[in-house]
Amino acid sequence: MSVLEVVTAGPLTSVQDFGRFGAQRYGITPSGAMDRLSLAAANALVDRPLSAPAIEIGPTKTVFTVRGGALCVALSGALRFTRIGDDPCPLYRTMTLREGETLTLDATRKGMFSYLAVSGTLKGEPVFGSFSVNARAGLGSPYPRPLQGGDQLAFENTVSLPDRSMVPPVFGDGDIRVVPGPQYDEFGKSTGTFFNSPWQISPTSDRMGYRLEGPTVAHAGNFNIVSDGTVDGSIQVAGGQPIVLMKDRGTTGGYPKIATIISADLGRFAQTRPRHTFRFAIVDVDAAQQETRAFHALLQSLPGKVRINT
Amino acid sequence: MSNKPAPPSEPRILTCGDTALAVEFGTTMDAGCNRRVFALDRVLKSIPFKGITETVPTYRSLLVHYDPLRLGFSELSDHLLTLLDQPETTERRFRHWRVPVFYDGLDLADVAKAHDMPAEELIRRHSTPRYDVAMIGFTPGFSYLRGLDPVIATPRRTQPRISTPAGTISIGGVQAALQCLAGPSGWHLLGRTPVRTFDPRRDPVFLIEPGDNVTFEQIDAAEFARLERLAERGEAVAELIA
Repeated sequence: MSVLEVVTAGPLTSVQDFGRFGAQRYGITPSGAMDRLSLAAANALVDRPLSAPAIEIGPTKTVFTVRGGALCVALSGALRFTRIGDDPCPLYRTMTLREGETLTLDATRKGMFSYLAVSGTLKGEPVFGSFSVNARAGLGSPYPRPLQGGDQLAFENTVSLPDRSMVPPVFGDGDIRVVPGPQYDEFGKSTGTFFNSPWQISPTSDRMGYRLEGPTVAHAGNFNIVSDGTVDGSIQVAGGQPIVLMKDRGTTGGYPKIATIISADLGRFAQTRPRHTFRFAIVDVDAAQQETRAFHALLQSLPGKVRINT
Repeated sequence: MSNKPAPPSEPRILTCGDTALAVEFGTTMDAGCNRRVFALDRVLKSIPFKGITETVPTYRSLLVHYDPLRLGFSELSDHLLTLLDQPETTERRFRHWRVPVFYDGLDLADVAKAHDMPAEELIRRHSTPRYDVAMIGFTPGFSYLRGLDPVIATPRRTQPRISTPAGTISIGGVQAALQCLAGPSGWHLLGRTPVRTFDPRRDPVFLIEPGDNVTFEQIDAAEFARLERLAERGEAVAELIA
């Protein structure tokens, strides 16, 4: 059995899969990978199920080492300098980490999250069908919290793979698409402000929510509503400042929601760095669901996009 | 582009992205509204429909999560509207829990003073009602309770606390709460219960369902310590009255 050991990790580094469903009525949020497309691509490269648990690595410098035997790994997602020992480690390509070697990921240059998948089965116990870390609920496996230096992730049934690579998959570009939220009508003319203004993401954002910086968005009820349910990508407005609820969101909320980011664009949005300017564009639910189908088709096509280099 | 308008008091179907919708029965904490939420939730539980993945009942709406690869927005909306027209046939049976509380909250004295009553009177008024678990949300197992004695309703604190203990029993505005995990709160802390509504190591993991009833019972420090030890070993320590 080979072990991937964390040497240093930033606060946004944790084990994630596609998430935990069925217990939102008890306040358990699904969690799961911030960028499902990148997680699935890393898994496809190491010949694992697309939704298998892998390591989601945040934007700061992170270092791993290997004990107990070699591991075949693949990295996807954010652009950053990455090396094995002193040698550059390409993204979207299988690499072998030998016993005692270190894998270093510098801070990201473009994007927020990387995914490190291993060609083996992560040892742990899924909780409600998922390994995903939900730190607030104390859920997740093998550690029910973000990763820290010294943590050891054991992998069984590891296999050595040939040199495999993939052109990084992309889905959509430009404006982040949204459908009207449940309290859309209560924002009146402010919906114009919301859609016609450029936005930036605040550096204080995390897996619970991305705060947006831009103009003040007014609400007819002074931002108070009787709590109702939330979804991934809900854009709630508290005191005029929009917050996009992400994977570790609360399951209910007492602030009005102007819009919801469509599920196919949420991973791309999650990879948006602070200070980068973007806009929202409105679409209807039918158009959003066409995008959902296209996104799902892209996910399913990933294993077929893996090239074996000879 | 906006959500479908409907006359007042008629349920509205609201889009929540492309994988969920809300059936909204009202915009207040009205008891009748909350009952209609649970009625639809029960109907959906008893008549499975392809593509519905989970539901989240709240004070005034039912959030229905679905898989858009199997079920479109219009098809689901039509189905839900059909269900709303049908009278409820399933029998309503909610469980009633007795939840022990040690009234040692940081705000107990201040709240009693604000209402010009002795702490004993505040405790009596807080532990008398049969509350409805109107919804569970915010954090795992955080139960919002409807039915607080209006005499002790207290506006929320202007300065929320960053951290409050697990098992916190609090009131905020016209609501009462049974909080499971340690976490932030802007409500007034009246006491603590050893009951954990959520414990991933216990079977059942979740004790209290949305729609259940709760009544509080005052216990002393020694009993709290005893029950907390039992709870740590995975016992429910809440008593099912009915």
